[in-house]
Amino acid sequence: MQHVLWLIPFLPVLGFAVLVVFGHRMGRRTIAVIGAAPAGAAAAVAIATAVSFLVAPPATHAYDQVMWTWFRIGAFAPRIAFHLDPLSLVMTLVVTFVGFLILLYSTRFMRGDEGYRRFFAYMDLFIASMLILVLAGDFLFLLVGWEGVGLSSFLLIGFWYRERANGAAARKAFIVTRVGDTALLVGLLLIFTKLGTLDIQGAMAAAQSQWAQGAAVATAAALLLMGGAIGKSAQLPLQTWLPDAMAGPTPVSALIHAATMVTAGVYLIARTHVLFELSPTARLVVAVIGAATLLYAGVSALAQNDIKRALAYSTISQIGYMFLALGVAAWSAAVFHFLTHAFFKALLFLSAGLVIKAMDEEHDIRKMGGLRRDIPVVFRLFLIGAAALSALPLVTAGFFSKDLIVDLALTSVHGGVWLWLAGVVGALLTSLYSFRLVFLVFFGERRGSAPVATRFPRLVVWPMVALAAGSVVLGWIELPVHWHGWSLFTDFMASALPVPGIRAGGLLDAIAVTLIPAIVSVAGVYLAWVLFGRRRPAVAGSLVTRPGFRWLAGAALAGWGFDRLYHVALVRPFLWLAHHGQRDWIDRLVSGIAGPAAALGGLLRRTQDGRLRYYLAAAALGIVVFVAVGLLR
Amino acid sequence: MSAVDPVYALGLAGVLFVLGLLGVLVRRNIIFVLASIEIMVNAAGLAFLAAGARWGQADGQVMFVFILAMAAAEVAVGLALALRIRRRFNTLDVDDLRKLKD
Amino acid sequence: MSLVFLLAIPFAGGIVAWVAARWSAAACRWVALASAVAGLGLAVGLWAQHYHMWGAAVPSRSIYVEPVPFFSELDVPWIPQAGIRLHLAADGLSLVMLMLTFVIVAVAVLASWRGVRRRAGLFHFMLLWAAASLAGVFMAFDLFLFYFFFELMLIPFFLLVVLWGHEGRRRAAIKFFIYTQAGGLLMLISIVGLYFIHGRQTGTYTFDYLQLVNSGISGWTGRLLMLGFFAAFAVKLPAVPLHGWLPDAHSQANTAGSVLLAGLLIKVGAYGFLRFLIPLFPQAASDIRYIAMGLGVAGILYGAVMAFSQTDLKRMVAYTSVSHMGFVLLGVFAWNQIALQGVILQIVCHAFSTGGLFILAGVLEERLGTRDIGGMGGLWARLSTLGGFGMFLVMAALGLPGLGNFVAESLILLGTFSVSRPAAIVGSLGLIVSTIYALWLVQRVFHGPGGESKPGTPARLAPREILMFVVAIVVLLWLGLYPQTLIRTTDAATGSLLRTAPAMQSPEPGSSATEAQP
Repeated sequence: MQHVLWLIPFLPVLGFAVLVVFGHRMGRRTIAVIGAAPAGAAAAVAIATAVSFLVAPPATHAYDQVMWTWFRIGAFAPRIAFHLDPLSLVMTLVVTFVGFLILLYSTRFMRGDEGYRRFFAYMDLFIASMLILVLAGDFLFLLVGWEGVGLSSFLLIGFWYRERANGAAARKAFIVTRVGDTALLVGLLLIFTKLGTLDIQGAMAAAQSQWAQGAAVATAAALLLMGGAIGKSAQLPLQTWLPDAMAGPTPVSALIHAATMVTAGVYLIARTHVLFELSPTARLVVAVIGAATLLYAGVSALAQNDIKRALAYSTISQIGYMFLALGVAAWSAAVFHFLTHAFFKALLFLSAGLVIKAMDEEHDIRKMGGLRRDIPVVFRLFLIGAAALSALPLVTAGFFSKDLIVDLALTSVHGGVWLWLAGVVGALLTSLYSFRLVFLVFFGERRGSAPVATRFPRLVVWPMVALAAGSVVLGWIELPVHWHGWSLFTDFMASALPVPGIRAGGLLDAIAVTLIPAIVSVAGVYLAWVLFGRRRPAVAGSLVTRPGFRWLAGAALAGWGFDRLYHVALVRPFLWLAHHGQRDWIDRLVSGIAGPAAALGGLLRRTQDGRLRYYLAAAALGIVVFVAVGLLR
Repeated sequence: MSAVDPVYALGLAGVLFVLGLLGVLVRRNIIFVLASIEIMVNAAGLAFLAAGARWGQADGQVMFVFILAMAAAEVAVGLALALRIRRRFNTLDVDDLRKLKD
Repeated sequence: MSLVFLLAIPFAGGIVAWVAARWSAAACRWVALASAVAGLGLAVGLWAQHYHMWGAAVPSRSIYVEPVPFFSELDVPWIPQAGIRLHLAADGLSLVMLMLTFVIVAVAVLASWRGVRRRAGLFHFMLLWAAASLAGVFMAFDLFLFYFFFELMLIPFFLLVVLWGHEGRRRAAIKFFIYTQAGGLLMLISIVGLYFIHGRQTGTYTFDYLQLVNSGISGWTGRLLMLGFFAAFAVKLPAVPLHGWLPDAHSQANTAGSVLLAGLLIKVGAYGFLRFLIPLFPQAASDIRYIAMGLGVAGILYGAVMAFSQTDLKRMVAYTSVSHMGFVLLGVFAWNQIALQGVILQIVCHAFSTGGLFILAGVLEERLGTRDIGGMGGLWARLSTLGGFGMFLVMAALGLPGLGNFVAESLILLGTFSVSRPAAIVGSLGLIVSTIYALWLVQRVFHGPGGESKPGTPARLAPREILMFVVAIVVLLWLGLYPQTLIRTTDAATGSLLRTAPAMQSPEPGSSATEAQP
């Protein structure tokens, strides 16, 4: 199967190219087939590859396929090459499989849109880029996918291009992530300059052998790569673009801004984990950023009234968990959470899309309520998603993955109590905001208009059922550490991602570590019921009237002022510079030389005033002077 | 016939030249300017003659003939121009003719 | 002798086109197109013939010992009393520039197929003579001959702007003329100075490039002579703060004129740096290395910010050139193999991406009658094909990986990083600012409301217009995915350039001896 790796990203590229070049002559049905089929075919190839990988593991624990040498300058010879190890394999499977399901959903969901062809073309471009990103064997080739997903994200956020606000959101997403990308690029410059290669495996091996533990250069390289990762994954302080990115169509939010693209940063750090193993500083920074982000975004999600923005903050928060895991060297735990998160968050977004459609493009949860009777199917699916997000014990996949992270945050040799505490508080916040959504949207009384659509086609519902199934059962492949059961996922990842060292702890520790997050998440659901679910939300009502709380809620709603800070500190000075520089002061300064030259010319011109007799007098005087000088020398 | 000392002849030529030059500079009537130029040209011719006589060469007289011819041509053109200018601008004052510059 | 034909074809073609215009404008256009294509064919033929010569699988170091890879030399005396020769030669670098010249001229002919009605004969004459003098510049290996073509080039370009330009063309053309002429004259002084100093030192008075290379003139004499060249090329490139002529000239020229200016004229500056300035004065150049790199970085950022603040579409694209040429200056003074290859790639890719954007601006102006970005918006609904092309070109301009500009810019930054880290890091900030102006452009022109409110539907793209965009797209994709074709062509040339200037030698990034561990 080694030789068909190229097919996986190529099929969506083909779909994209066909839609772009010939799409204007196609009907909707053809467009739907050409748009969705490549992802399905890629998923099939990926599954076949996975089977062959599992049945007969290659000796190197990876498939490598070199397409061609990109270029060769002296010793610098980056290659267009694919590298598939367990990490890439999981990413590839998720991207193709979830991507295919979402595309199936979109074939009906987007039916009425005039940009039908454009939508599928962009989606194919995205899937292709994402696959290149996760399969690339060379950093430079990885950048192709990395920026490709940024581009398609930009195109899809601004999909409804007539609205200026959508354009602004798209622009913001691209520019903010590009800030991180620049850090990534500088990091790659550093890696190449020091190690002499941009081949990912080669560079990692070289770093391992050449750089000492804790070397400053390793920290610098790791932090620069992390800059790229936090931009793409919307972590503090570059998180501001993701809530706005919800301006795009809902399937886009599900695929790009929840399941796959935003986890590219997690992938990058896991991929370059060697650098982070070498640098405790960088690891600590990652862990702190993750912990801070998950709390920050959890609180912000609690205050949102737009259902999609709430889910966006939830995504930021969940990726914060993944970063926390990366920070404590629990690499495979991060990837495991990525896997389950892709399923349940995509499910939540797709359900939210149906809710919004049912409410006739209404995003505000304050105007919903009682919908569980109107759209029971959507309610059940959303509930499954919310339960998985809240990590309700045993019945959801989210429990197993999040528990693993919270557990390792404490028990990993790189972990600590504070990180663990952040994870636990985050778990409380998570179930609180998840079930706030559930209770406000589906329970209580109807607060807005009646739903306009209550039945949805099978092609929309079945992909969601598949995602829901994944959200429930996927967790069982990896049991909590202290159960001493099986850990299929970590074992499978072991050849690509090392297992973190575990601090020895007593039985009490183990119970505390496993039980507390579970109790907390259930408690969060109960709290949400008390606050938002009961007929008379008395507690919430008394809270809301307090000025301090209102200020707090307003701040959380606005994402704690990051947008305003960036606007004042960066955007406004830039616009000021652009506005005042419009007439190009440097040019004016240089062209200013023309002024004195013209003045001098004006002076000289005065001598040529047309009075012949003065000309002649001057000429005579000149002759006299010359002759005099000649004679007197 | 005793030869005239060339110094006197050259001195006369110099005096004539300066008189002509002053005439050009101070007179504003174009006719007088032309006449003054004529005086300067003839001063130069005289200098040639004197120099030719001093060195016993025919070149000086040749040059004088050239100068005569040139002076005649110049007068012809100059007077014709003066006539046209009188007709067109109704003046013979060179300072008034500054507008020709533009 | 084929190099002579590369000069003769456009010179003769220009005259024939002028004459042909007496009968019909169409004949004149076809003659011009045929001449450009014939020149291109000849250049490509030469390239194919010599492609095998240039290190197919050259191991990394061997380029430093190969002989100078020149070919097809014509070397006859012109004014023997003064040591001036007609010396034409080409290496991989020249050949790339020659092919680029003829492609861009062919595109320029296509771009003005319908737009130029007035004095079409003279117009195509000027186009082809511009091509001829550019070809001369890229082949001249005698400084006097180089200067001759360098100045000859100015006449057609000046007239192209002043005769067929937009409303402010006179001022723009005069500004352009004064800037370039001032630079050119300073270079002439330097050339003559170099001639005499070299003659006095060695006894042979010659303008021959190969003899003058690395003349070993150092100290203040060398620096002053070098500055003469620097002035000429920095104006052409253009480097901040000498860029003032470029936005005016680019925005006031017609489409073909802008394409030629952006695609070729400013590349003469880059070529001059590579071929003449540093090889002639390596010591002096290394003295100003960091200043020049600073100017390059300043150009990257300043051009990008200026581009963002413009309201005239062509003026905006012109400022993006300033930004991209900042990368060229940065790479030239980094002076290692990786950076130089990046510079050459940037030269080629910029010609197509920016040339394409100028054509886009021309197409829009033809249909909308305005260059004001504020007057556009919502065009995607009506011109989605053009929108797609525009999107592609803009993405190329902001350095999207997979397209040629990305390879070029990352090579330049990579080469720079081992010479000056601050320059590389600050330069890479240009990638952010370029994103801002690029997105702003595409959103203001194609997105946003307003698509429906304006009456009338602009004409669909003609096949000729599509062809031009497709050429740009194919080249940019090719150079983005397999730049090896180009890199291999110029590998030996850059190697020999590096060898001529040992004083500028900079560490090759990634080689094991690059840097000690900190």
